Amino acid sequence: MIIGTVLGGFLCLGVLGLLGSSLAATHRLIYAGCLVLAATATGDGLFHMIRYGQEAVPAVVLPFGLPWLKAHFRLDSLSAFFLVAVNFPAALASLFGIAYGSHVPEPRRVTPLFPLFLFAMNGVLVADDAFVFLVSWEAMSLSSWLLVLSNHTDAAARRAGLVYLVMAVFGTFCLLSAFGLLAGPTGAFDFAAMRVAKLSPLATSLVVLLAILGTGSKAGLVPLHAWLPLAHPAAPSHVSALMSGVMTKVAIYGLIRLLYDLRGAVGWEWGFLMMVLGAAAAALGVLYALMQRDLKTLLAYSTVENVGIIFIALGLAIAFRDHGEVALSALSMVAALYHVVNHALFKSLLFLGSGAVMMATGERDLDRLGGLLNRMPVTGVCFLVGACAISALPPLNGFVSEWLVFQSLFKGPTVAHWAMRFGVPVVGVAMALAAAFAATCFVRAFGVAFLGRPRSDAARAAREVPWPMLAAMAVPAVFCLCLGVFPVMVTTGIATVVEPLVHVVLPAAVLGWPWLSPVSLTAGSYSATMVLLSGAGLMITTLLLVRHLGTRAIRRAPVWDCGHQEDIANAQYSADSFSQPLRRVFGQVVFRAREEVEMPPPGSTAPARFTLFITDPLWTGLYLGLQRVIDAIADRVNHLQFQTVRRYLLMMFLTLVLLLLVVAVRQQ
Amino acid sequence: MTAFFFGLLHTVLVLAVAPLLTGLVRLPKARLQGRQGAPAIQPYRDLWRLLQKESVIADSASWLFRIAPYLVFVSVWLAATIMPTFTTDMIMTPAADLIALVALLGTARFFTALAGLDTGTPFGGLGSSREMFVASIGEPAMLMVIFSLSLLTHTTSPANMIAYVTGGHIGIEVSAGLALVAMVMVAIAENGRIPIDNPATHLELTMIHEAMVLEYSGRHLALMEAAAMVRLLLFMSIISSLFFPWGMAFVDDGVAGVALGLLAWLAKVSALAMVLGFFESLVAKMRVFRIADFLGGALLLALLATIFLYVSEAV
Repeated sequence: MIIGTVLGGFLCLGVLGLLGSSLAATHRLIYAGCLVLAATATGDGLFHMIRYGQEAVPAVVLPFGLPWLKAHFRLDSLSAFFLVAVNFPAALASLFGIAYGSHVPEPRRVTPLFPLFLFAMNGVLVADDAFVFLVSWEAMSLSSWLLVLSNHTDAAARRAGLVYLVMAVFGTFCLLSAFGLLAGPTGAFDFAAMRVAKLSPLATSLVVLLAILGTGSKAGLVPLHAWLPLAHPAAPSHVSALMSGVMTKVAIYGLIRLLYDLRGAVGWEWGFLMMVLGAAAAALGVLYALMQRDLKTLLAYSTVENVGIIFIALGLAIAFRDHGEVALSALSMVAALYHVVNHALFKSLLFLGSGAVMMATGERDLDRLGGLLNRMPVTGVCFLVGACAISALPPLNGFVSEWLVFQSLFKGPTVAHWAMRFGVPVVGVAMALAAAFAATCFVRAFGVAFLGRPRSDAARAAREVPWPMLAAMAVPAVFCLCLGVFPVMVTTGIATVVEPLVHVVLPAAVLGWPWLSPVSLTAGSYSATMVLLSGAGLMITTLLLVRHLGTRAIRRAPVWDCGHQEDIANAQYSADSFSQPLRRVFGQVVFRAREEVEMPPPGSTAPARFTLFITDPLWTGLYLGLQRVIDAIADRVNHLQFQTVRRYLLMMFLTLVLLLLVVAVRQQ
Repeated sequence: MTAFFFGLLHTVLVLAVAPLLTGLVRLPKARLQGRQGAPAIQPYRDLWRLLQKESVIADSASWLFRIAPYLVFVSVWLAATIMPTFTTDMIMTPAADLIALVALLGTARFFTALAGLDTGTPFGGLGSSREMFVASIGEPAMLMVIFSLSLLTHTTSPANMIAYVTGGHIGIEVSAGLALVAMVMVAIAENGRIPIDNPATHLELTMIHEAMVLEYSGRHLALMEAAAMVRLLLFMSIISSLFFPWGMAFVDDGVAGVALGLLAWLAKVSALAMVLGFFESLVAKMRVFRIADFLGGALLLALLATIFLYVSEAV
């Protein structure tokens, strides 16, 4: 009921934006309205998550849509959980937008679409039939596509828009086919009928494959990620936060809805495939991120990594369930959903931080930033918290979910199948590499952008951003800490969401206060509260020790500059030089990274030049290869357009004969 | 109650013993180089001297530079309180497992690397970049060692692992041997010992850890140095407790058992310190880009350790 009002509200705001977007006050009003509506939806989601544990939820049928199919809506605990995960960051992005919305290059191309984008994402979550789901999904793709194109004078944004559109169409095509198979020949498009539909093994396999492809392409799963690092950074920062932090979660929701709810029994092979794809996304995504100099592209690639981690946990859940390990399956699901919330929080925070940096300096190239922590203290602290959380440092939230994923991964080989026994350790290596690379990546991002000395005049002149933007970053930073320190509250909440999906209640002893322990108390446990308290105790001891044993004298002095006299801000390590060792070891293999140094002859005053070449093997191999194949086929098919009338008639006749034959064979 | 008392004793002891251990490592090195060497208590004097000196901070450094030493030291100290050394009966053992220990060490490294970048000198960046590069391969190797041990003992909690190993549930395992070799390689890298890094060098091209803390002085440097000492003790305790847990006390062993455990622990880590000093005198430091081969080897060994578990089962 409330959510219906919220959806209507988003639509009205969108229309209002279209009509009166010439006034600056209208922009602020629309973002403020979005903030109120998204906050309401968050509260409603929380309320429903607590209230409907397992009890049956009524579906609401509204009389619009196709003539033979009314629109079905339903808000069960899974939808309610994702409502929270989507609308809370959306509220923050709206708050950010109040100050930032008029700062973007063309606000009139952004503001009306922003509420429509939120409307579409919420529509996907409450849909209870394939029609509403797909229409909302498509609206989500198209509104975000228009938001990407808001900066249409930029050639890179236009290219990003094109690639995004192609991939979005591909994804929707896959989902459409998957729902078509689920609905069967009778065309039962509502989810209640799909749950009880009987499918042949072949059709089930196809549905699963199409679901992974369709939702994976929206979530940015390798190798379907090519559009994501182009499109997400091209949009204005508060929209990037929504696309990276939230829209990928809507895709994850679609996958969970299809594979865990509509299709109850999925073979472990599919779980294994998801795990392997997730591992590839996790390791490759962050390795890509390490090679980027553009702050927003780096964050977008890091989304690929985090989606990979979620896919690893989701795949494990399927594999465990198929082998009868229901408790472990529930554990993996809890880990996956925990990471969904965490990533939505810290990725929104980091993208909003990149927006603040762009507003203050106009730069997003890391090598033109530096020293921002002194100039933008609040933004700096919030970005640091986000960077620590995404690097899985205790006691922040990222660590808890990665700990849970590692715990379920370490239990993977208990499944007595050779593929799992030999595959899971390899996935473990990829996941461990991803975790370590992520820390390196964010030391580099934060260290180069916020620490050291300014590398450009723009960075030197940076000023702190207005308070709505600061508040929009401070709130998720506080939540990153809370979700890390009180993990038991989160896992208990998520356990009620997971329960209808895996049909097992995680025992209170496993998730109970104060220890978080995955399987049993002896199998390993983690207590964030205890770690934080002892850390605080040790910190006080250290401070007292240093104070009483040592002196408190401090002297400020110029930095030792190796004997140079002039300003050596450019002699600092840059983003490219920071990642040079990893680029040499991994980049030469994966990206065929090549460095060219051009030294002027002795006596010349020309500068030395350094050029770095990086190729994306998946883009050149897979996408351009596919393009060549399609071009070749199109060339062949092109001949069909230049035939005589007799040939066309012959072709039509042969087609007719063929179709009649098919009908005849099927009727026998 | 005993758990609280032993936990507190352990927390104090790791801090008290760590400098001595670093002094012990230097003894065989000095002898093998034909020097008499400083007494083993020299690190205590060094820390005291640094604490008395004023701290010189670069103009361009932010507040992060000043709080980083505290965060780094506390993270490492906290990690050390998790790892049982002489008894498993400690209050902190259920609070965190080995994955959390790795993450705490990661936190310390994260802030050390940020501090290296904060002053805006070329050396700090060089050190941070190389340190994170080493950790990018070393940390996964350590996680894979934990993976193989957890498959062997069905737990990631160090105390339960030790109880499982001493309980006679496992005999001599190929996997445990491979994991030990990988663990030793990781320990060498994480502590910046030869052949990965040289804690005694200040030569531009070779230093890693020292380059990051180059701008530190006074009490801040003392904290960074103390953190390095506790980390060395921690890694030696991990190796001695997980792979050679003999003599350790358990929950109901009483004071006599704990005293025995204490002696056994001191003997084990002293022996390891001697071995480390001896080994460091034998090998030369390797080039930075050879480190990837070294740690990649460790990662592969740890992966093999997990896979061998099931190969031996299948045969």
